[in-house]
Amino acid sequence: MAITDPPKIVTARMGHDDSHTLERYLATGGYEGLRTALAKTPEAVAAEVDAASLLGRGGAGFPAGRKWSMLRKSPVTYLVVNGDESEPATFKDHLLVERDPHQLIEGVVIAAYALQVTRVFIFLRGEFALGLERVQSALNDAYAHGAVGRDIFGSGFSVDVVLHPGAGAYICGEETALLESLEGKRGFPRIKPPFFPAAIGLYGDPTVVNNVETMSNLPWIMTNGGAAFAALGGGRSTGTRLFALAGHVTNPGVFELEMVKTTFNDLINAPVLGGGIPNGRDLKAFIPGGVSAPWFGPDQIDLPLGQDEVAEAGSMLGSGSVVVMDDHTCAVRAAWRITKFFSRESCGQCTPCREGSGWLERIMERIERGEGREEDLDLLMDACDNISPGVAWPPQQTTICVLGPSIPSSISSAITMFRDEFLVHIKEGGCPYG
Amino acid sequence: MSEPTPIAAPRRASLTPAAPTHLNADILARARQLIALYPEARSALIPLCHLAQEQDGWLTPEAMVDIAGLVGVTPSEVLGTASFYDMLHTEPVGRHVVAVCTNIACLLAGAAELLEHAEDSLGIGSGGTTSDGAITIEEAECLADCDRAPCVQVNHRYVGAQTPESFDRLVADLRSGARDADIPSHGTLIRVQRTTGIEADPAAVAEERRLAAEARAARDASRTDGGAG
Repeated sequence: MAITDPPKIVTARMGHDDSHTLERYLATGGYEGLRTALAKTPEAVAAEVDAASLLGRGGAGFPAGRKWSMLRKSPVTYLVVNGDESEPATFKDHLLVERDPHQLIEGVVIAAYALQVTRVFIFLRGEFALGLERVQSALNDAYAHGAVGRDIFGSGFSVDVVLHPGAGAYICGEETALLESLEGKRGFPRIKPPFFPAAIGLYGDPTVVNNVETMSNLPWIMTNGGAAFAALGGGRSTGTRLFALAGHVTNPGVFELEMVKTTFNDLINAPVLGGGIPNGRDLKAFIPGGVSAPWFGPDQIDLPLGQDEVAEAGSMLGSGSVVVMDDHTCAVRAAWRITKFFSRESCGQCTPCREGSGWLERIMERIERGEGREEDLDLLMDACDNISPGVAWPPQQTTICVLGPSIPSSISSAITMFRDEFLVHIKEGGCPYG
Repeated sequence: MSEPTPIAAPRRASLTPAAPTHLNADILARARQLIALYPEARSALIPLCHLAQEQDGWLTPEAMVDIAGLVGVTPSEVLGTASFYDMLHTEPVGRHVVAVCTNIACLLAGAAELLEHAEDSLGIGSGGTTSDGAITIEEAECLADCDRAPCVQVNHRYVGAQTPESFDRLVADLRSGARDADIPSHGTLIRVQRTTGIEADPAAVAEERRLAAEARAARDASRTDGGAG
């Protein structure tokens, strides 16, 4: 394995301070992909995205082309962009919306053309105040430039793009909750089936929901061809992907890497990437794809950054965020904080998730405080089992959405990998890490 | 399976919303522009709540009544929706809402200690506001700025990783107004206004929507599963 030097597909402009402006965007090939797309038929544009085998970059990794092909024929259809990036330690879309908003808008219009959609909503989490301002400025400029709005670049195709601010709720990253929120309601995930908003989406009409990073790949795919994209990466994981690296590393940040060719070891330790663990400490564990994912230990560090490869090893690449914990980290405290997050963010519709997350959080807290009991470990696993029977990966589900089944991941990982640490907390009445 | 007994139409259908009395002319004009961007007015509910917070700093009961009238729901539906969301404050908050993330990446960088320092030095707990109305402290979930941990936002503007010492300077600057140019008072979220309305032909949009509603009705009528859900 090695660090390859793939073309920068979505981060090409990040070296420029003015990467968010229309001037810089046009000077660096901006909106050429859209012109290429508009010269083709919508079907040919969709076929190009199919050829790229672009997997959705939001977390579930569903092929974008297949999602598009499921869109039910209807008098009116919608495209909604999911920019509610809230999975803990995920911060790639933050970079894309603040630093290259025109790339997102160009991708959105390409997708709208392929889908023949006339109205698009870009849903950005409300906490991205600067990102919201950057995208709105870029939209204003793009309308004036003729890249959005009526008769785009004289092609006869028209689409309106509306920026919609969220208001702070992790669950709105779940696409049906996002649609409820966009309809002006509480962010309650919808009952499935239908499994995809392509059947029944916004206002009950067929809707495609795609992630910010997925959209941002489209200009490059139009300019360079789907085959060039598919030639990068390996297996089902084609192209490059943004990996957000955080926690105990020397250089945390967002890195665009070729899928599969690069390993977690490269990402964490290579001097040009994570730069290793500081203070002369060793790796204790890492979370490979957002806090919903089961943890990995040092023995799995040579796994490639590929969707199927990580899934086969018992976890998920998810949202592309990697959290590194050094050997001075308290596993109980880390798992407790993640559980507290899910407890706070459970929308409250389903009993196993609403009640279970609170129980789990309180038991984890009392263990961390040194007030736990030995039978608490079985109690934790039993409560996890009620939310996700079998506590296996991929998880079973007793709830409307996957927030519930994500809760046991960190708890069962911590207990399985660091059972002794739990017992020390319980027997010595406190946290050995202080 | 027998047809369910029809229930009475919702009461709000017969209510004529009162004219807005609380939101000022500028906010109202912007609110109406926002509503026009959506096929259904209720979609503007959350953006309008942000606008109301821009005027008042928080979401007042009077503003919720106005919003309800503007988007065609009851005031309690506005409250019921707003209370779901962390950014919409149905109680007064300080001019500066300081959010300290303590989620996993920030926890590993000392965020719990930073939050403790913030609470101790300001003499308030998370969710509390200083007596001068300047600062509200919130323990936040992940704010997606994890390479600058522990992450702090003031009124949803990132201020970079903080230490206890830099946090004290930040608070002093907020109180003195030294950061007012880059951090607007709480409630002002997006300072860039949209310059273009919907460019699509309104008649064509209305026709699309009408046909879609017909298609939905036909689809619902053809369902054989009893129509649950």
